[in-house]
Amino acid sequence: MTAARNDVLVEQPAPRPGDPMITPALVADHGLSEEEYERITDLLGRTPTYTELGVFSALWSEHCGYKNSRPLLRQLPTEAPWVLQGPGENAGVIDIGDGWAVAFKIESHNHPSAVEPYQGAATGVGGILRDVFTMGARPIAVLDSLRFGPLSKPRVRYLFAGVVKGIGDYGNCVGIPNIGGEVRFEDAYEGNPLVNAMAIGLMRKEELIRATASGPGNPIIAVGARTGRDGIHGATFASEELSEENEAKRPQVQVGDPFTEKLLLEASLELIGSGHIVGIQDMGAAGLASSSTEMAARAGTGVDLDVAYVPVRETGMTPYEILLSESQERMLVVAKRGHEADVERILDRWELEAAVIGQVTDDGLYRVRENGIVVCEIPGHELVQGCPTYIRDATESAETAALREWRPDAAHLAPVRTDAGKVLLRLLASPNIASKRWVYNQYDSTVRTNTVAGPGGDAGVLRVRGTRRGIAATTDCNGRYVQLNPRRGAMIAVAEAARNLVCVGARPRAVTDNLNFGSPLRPEIYYQMREAVLGMADACRAFDTPVVGGNVSLYNESPAGAIQPTPVVGMVGVIDDVALTIGSTFRNAGDAIILLGDNTDEIGASEYLKVMHDLVTGDAPAVDLTAERALQETVLTMAAAGLLHSAHDCSDGGLAVCLAESALGEHLPCGIDVELADVIDPAALLFGEAQGRIVVSCAPADRATLIEMAATHGVAAHVIGVVTARSTEARFVLQSAHASIRLAMAELADAYRLAIPRAMDRPAGSG
Amino acid sequence: MNAAIVTFPGSNCDYDCYKAITDVLGRPARFVWHRETELGDADLVILPGGFSYGDYLRAGAIARFSPIMDAVQRFAADGGLVLGICNGFQVLCEAGLLPGALIRNATLKFLGQTVRVRVENATTPFTAAYEPGQILELHIAHGEGSYVADAATLDALEAGGRVVFRYVNAAGNVTADANPNGSMRNIAGIINERGNVLGLMPHPERSVELLLGSDDGLGVFTSLDAYLGGGAVPAAHFAAGGAA
Repeated sequence: MTAARNDVLVEQPAPRPGDPMITPALVADHGLSEEEYERITDLLGRTPTYTELGVFSALWSEHCGYKNSRPLLRQLPTEAPWVLQGPGENAGVIDIGDGWAVAFKIESHNHPSAVEPYQGAATGVGGILRDVFTMGARPIAVLDSLRFGPLSKPRVRYLFAGVVKGIGDYGNCVGIPNIGGEVRFEDAYEGNPLVNAMAIGLMRKEELIRATASGPGNPIIAVGARTGRDGIHGATFASEELSEENEAKRPQVQVGDPFTEKLLLEASLELIGSGHIVGIQDMGAAGLASSSTEMAARAGTGVDLDVAYVPVRETGMTPYEILLSESQERMLVVAKRGHEADVERILDRWELEAAVIGQVTDDGLYRVRENGIVVCEIPGHELVQGCPTYIRDATESAETAALREWRPDAAHLAPVRTDAGKVLLRLLASPNIASKRWVYNQYDSTVRTNTVAGPGGDAGVLRVRGTRRGIAATTDCNGRYVQLNPRRGAMIAVAEAARNLVCVGARPRAVTDNLNFGSPLRPEIYYQMREAVLGMADACRAFDTPVVGGNVSLYNESPAGAIQPTPVVGMVGVIDDVALTIGSTFRNAGDAIILLGDNTDEIGASEYLKVMHDLVTGDAPAVDLTAERALQETVLTMAAAGLLHSAHDCSDGGLAVCLAESALGEHLPCGIDVELADVIDPAALLFGEAQGRIVVSCAPADRATLIEMAATHGVAAHVIGVVTARSTEARFVLQSAHASIRLAMAELADAYRLAIPRAMDRPAGSG
Repeated sequence: MNAAIVTFPGSNCDYDCYKAITDVLGRPARFVWHRETELGDADLVILPGGFSYGDYLRAGAIARFSPIMDAVQRFAADGGLVLGICNGFQVLCEAGLLPGALIRNATLKFLGQTVRVRVENATTPFTAAYEPGQILELHIAHGEGSYVADAATLDALEAGGRVVFRYVNAAGNVTADANPNGSMRNIAGIINERGNVLGLMPHPERSVELLLGSDDGLGVFTSLDAYLGGGAVPAAHFAAGGAA
């Protein structure tokens, strides 16, 4: 490693020869408003240099500065006795007991994936893994939450295939199992897909390290890949709407190198364990600029860097480019002074390049030089914290309010009375409900040999070696609900995530959220944001699941309009005895099928309306957080007692779909014989998406005990049927007052399993 | 049994092998870094799964040139037992320790799923704990797992009982549907002529505990342990013409 020299006299940065003049047009190009630019000149007491303008533009972008979301995010609960690290760090951290802690975070890579799906998604996984291992945690799992337009469109299939391959290739190579997530297809995402990746890491509590640049005089070291001209202004790109010109922004999408990532992962954990460093951070969005300023701001220190010492891929790079490059697989390390050689030895073992590029100072200034000449000098605290924040106008769109008032007429409900079996088959073949095996078969879900339950169930489950515990994780959000009723829809996202964890036997512990919305400058979008955050806050309080970190992705709009508001909830839970993990599918013939919770006469916002009538309308299902919590406590009690043979939550497609999914196992399906006594419309009964319902199965002898347990918690329990033989001849039999289904399970299995492969593996060139 | 697990910078199943041997089997194992040149007192060498050097060129293509591979070559030449799993199998083929090659899956997609394989030869040091013809449920996780070789090589493998694992369906039959990656003759694992070097695409180390769904892979490790517990490593490990 070479050492940076900081012995040149500090002077006011002057315009650098060759840099463009600062003009109002250039300021606007950087996504800064006049008001924001004025604040910059006030802060500096002069015109910024081109380098400084670039740095402000990145740090004060929505992506880094949260300028339109910060006031809203303050509404979210962030504390609980088990929270070790809340929002503001690379990742949130919770205590899971026995001296172990879990770090986790979700992050979006929506805009890069919209223009270059493979690399966009791959680098999204890379970035989120770095956020986790820079906390000192070894990544143990990845989940992904994806949204696309309809699969009937060739470009959507291209995006979907590219994103899945990108996620798979990156995570598979680094060797982190993918244990779950969700994929939804909806017209509103056609021009702007969502790619949210979540990573989970495990560490001993004492290994927790924070990304701070403390200790004036400590050396600052750039580690990993060389800095190139890729991804410059990615953070700013991510903070504007997608347009026809975005294809031209392909160069702003970075290229991933999972092999280097694996080396960085091992080296970082070794560095953290070695005690030779004080802090470490990914050079992610806004690269060196944001990582160095954020580390200093957390420590209340300053930094003095010289870009001439940053290893670069090509000559002639300007300070502006070096600071804002988003080249992947780079880390910024603050070492202890005098330990540089130890750090170098560890990095050399992993064949990683490193260079001392500057040092920590005590003057609180963010100072950058080029060959000793100061090109940027900004008060660090103001740069990181001084980004102006906005509370925008919020008005609900009249159109949405009207949709909520929609009520079905007889024609909307008729198909169920005519042929409920046909409806069930169509719903199972809807890509939103159909098996996602086509996706997760491209992921390694068992590497590291901790996976107790992989993708395809309600939640992924990992054992924690050396303990009896397990960790469960899920991601959830039905954007349709949020679109039609933002507050309620966000509550449901949290409730469903918690319900999914409970279904595997895990107690929900904490949330990482990814708030994907359109432009906050539009009152109807800001209204969605505000209401969704408030709903999420209420639900997180109800389930004791504080938000310990997350990501905001705004301006998710294409020329066709905004996406459905999509506040994705990534939730982590803990299972005390991982041997008691519950599966989502029925196990034994003769087992009793019990519905916990009540069916309601609701059909609004359902997959049924979308599939049968191409309607996204009505109100989101009602949600009662107190009842939901009681339901979940009931299932946890049953699970801990070891009485459940399966548990599956009722969500998209309603009760009939939930029963079908429970009967369809990995191999041979079970049959079921179910009779529903409710006297409500059969469309709502079979396919309505009433919340607060879980279908469990148990040995016949335990039936009475379960009903008693439910009663103790004030939860309704209905014995609705029995599991019949597991065989190729198994049948799905469901009867109710006005509709019945009698189908071979094999027919259901085909509809469910073949829908996505048929859509994706069709010959090239076909519609 | 005293295993050396070769760790390339991009190995990612090294730890899983280590845990299978130390935690589940209770036997010693250690990691040997790719830059090392000696294997020490190991009586078993494992080349684990992963992406040895990133494998952007071709799986295993660069790993064969790593310093430790010279030691592995000598170890194998001396009759030492070498087990290559997934990427390790690819490295063994690239290094010429096993015949044939592994090319991209027929689907051109990475495959992470469970498969069934039939034990075609239960007389090897790697498979003696299994019943001949036993069907195992194991995980695969690979993008380049389609085994190819010329007809003469394939015939020689078959004749010598050197096809050790083959993809089959639930009934135990060799069918096209049961073949996940397009491997010729549904081949999932082979052994060298001398019988001391085995490579397979499925991951036995991932199926050694019922908590994780299956312990069908444990037999590979118990076979090796029983074999090595018998004393010094002999020159030849099995006679040609296995079961099934």
